[in-house]
Amino acid sequence: MSVPTIPMRRTLVLEPRTGLPVWRGTALRLASILVALLAAALIVELTGHDAVRVFAMLWNGAFGSMFGFTETLVRTVPLLLCGLAVALCFRMLLWNIGAEGQFHMGAIAASDVALAYPDWPAWILLPTMALAAMVAGGLWSLGPALARAYLRTNEVITTLLLNYVAINWVLYLVYGPWKDPFGFNFPFTPEFSPNAILPSLFGRAHIGLIIALLIAVGMHIILQHTRWGYEIRVVGESATAARYSGINIVGNILLVMVVSGALAGLAGMMEVSGLIGRLQRGISPGYGYTAIIVAYLARLHPLSMIIAAFLFGGLQTGAYSIQILGVPLATAQMIQGAILFFVLMGEMLSLYRVRWVGVPAAAPDAPRVSTGVKPPA
Amino acid sequence: MELLSYQALVVTLAAAVSAGTPLLFAALGETLTERSGILNLGVGGMMIMGAVAGYMVAFHSGSPWLGVLVAMVAGGTLALLHAFVSITLRASQIVSGLALTILGLGLSSFLGKPLIGRPLPAKFDTVPIPLLADLPVVGPALFRQDSLVYLSYVLVIAAWVFLYRTKPGLHLLAVGENPAAADAMGANVFGIRYVYTVLGGMLAGLGGAYLSLAYSPVWIEEMTAGRGWIALALVIFSMWNPARVLLGAYLFGAVEALVFRIQALGSSASPFFLYMLPYLFTIAVLLATSGRVLRQRLGGPAALGVPYHRESR
Repeated sequence: MSVPTIPMRRTLVLEPRTGLPVWRGTALRLASILVALLAAALIVELTGHDAVRVFAMLWNGAFGSMFGFTETLVRTVPLLLCGLAVALCFRMLLWNIGAEGQFHMGAIAASDVALAYPDWPAWILLPTMALAAMVAGGLWSLGPALARAYLRTNEVITTLLLNYVAINWVLYLVYGPWKDPFGFNFPFTPEFSPNAILPSLFGRAHIGLIIALLIAVGMHIILQHTRWGYEIRVVGESATAARYSGINIVGNILLVMVVSGALAGLAGMMEVSGLIGRLQRGISPGYGYTAIIVAYLARLHPLSMIIAAFLFGGLQTGAYSIQILGVPLATAQMIQGAILFFVLMGEMLSLYRVRWVGVPAAAPDAPRVSTGVKPPA
Repeated sequence: MELLSYQALVVTLAAAVSAGTPLLFAALGETLTERSGILNLGVGGMMIMGAVAGYMVAFHSGSPWLGVLVAMVAGGTLALLHAFVSITLRASQIVSGLALTILGLGLSSFLGKPLIGRPLPAKFDTVPIPLLADLPVVGPALFRQDSLVYLSYVLVIAAWVFLYRTKPGLHLLAVGENPAAADAMGANVFGIRYVYTVLGGMLAGLGGAYLSLAYSPVWIEEMTAGRGWIALALVIFSMWNPARVLLGAYLFGAVEALVFRIQALGSSASPFFLYMLPYLFTIAVLLATSGRVLRQRLGGPAALGVPYHRESR
């Protein structure tokens, strides 16, 4: 009697990998970024631009000169602060996509104080502006936090929608009640008094950079060496474990979201106080969204985020300079999105091995879909 | 009062239907996607890519319908990427969706730059339906619209019938609720999820094309203005039911129409406060829905957003 053979078919299978050395993870991430840049270059080339020239100018604009380097540092500040803000939330699997709006609310609050008390000495005015900004940002994320904690409302959508509200609020103010009467109807407030401007380090770089770096280090210490940081990490990794160990999940949701909003608000204050010197239309080219990518690329580690923020600051700076070639500013956004996507893909591919194997095929006469009738036992 | 005259009411209703249509397309597609258990936050990116692709093709070819077709392909392609990453690679659907939205916005601005300020040779025009358009109130509102709006009516009916009255629709529901059981039943979980994710993306692209080819037939950077997120909220608000998606879309459209109406009346309120209204309204609706969901223990597809691991059965 012949043995019946099992029909086989060849298919792609994902097998989980065990034990990936750390360096390989970083190398994979760099490779993913490279692929993303190549894809972007392809699109640039296909739309009739010279990709080599565009990317060369992108690099030069960001790192090729002292001015560019300073501009990159300047852009690092909001990206780092917002990145830290969203990373804190992401650690707990809270998707705060509202950093952009919290940034704007912080800017509004800081501007309110700056415009109302221009004669206060700087050592009182600046901390007050910072505090106001942090309160405003924190309140802006408190709403979605409460909704998430008590109503289980999806915080992605609530935080996101509030971004649009906040941006329109800024527009309302700069086109309306706060508009500079001597500004020829341009959408900006009067310039802040010198007391309201953050001291500068060199060129356009201001002490916000130092503060952001300190906060990054501080957050690293908090996450790794304090009880609160431990709680945050546990809630993110296993809600069940968190509940069993008595961690107050609701309290942490609220606290983390508020702190996150406060940090983003602080970033807004630093932008209007340290860099721009007034509240105006377009204070952010999407820092709150880019920060998400920065945070993800840094694997939510505060110290790695410093580097990631610097790189993306460079991308944003470079994007300004390539506009001369007729390439829109949105190119930076396109590259960022591609990077996030390819890094995500790369990460998953690193978790699995793709193999082409033979598996038993389904018996040819087995019904694909149940007819809903159970055969008698 | 000017706001309440019969004429104003009819015009506003018609505007509500028109404004709600892009939301309707996107939310209908996302409903199907989420019913299969996949969360697609990339809807916004697919809408705007559909808008720019449709505009580009319609501009160069002169055919709006061809633009619609290509828009759907564009949306579907992005959705295919999302599907691959979410279903096969089982990566974070949230991150993937966000990445595609950011990518879509940037790419669309990049591609659309040469087209700013350049009008279309042909767009979708209003096509009144002979007898129905003369009905009081509903006539002009529902039947004096353009072809894509009529298409949306057909799609909603088709989706409802499909979901609740056919066997494949039942499989879709099963896959979203309990993929393991559906798999054991013989349904192809991965295949179904792929199909409805791509279909959702195609419909989102269609919604975007409606914006750029019919609603406000120009190309403006980021012209979707967050409609993708409103569509996502709409899906939740409609409890993943196509009929409710229709009603919800027109409700949200009405808010937008009211914003225009108030502005047209020369209100002295800052336009920016008015622009906030659709987003605030969406948040309010979302909160109300969450409250109701919690109190009545309703919910969406149980397996929404959870990657399916066949080996772990």
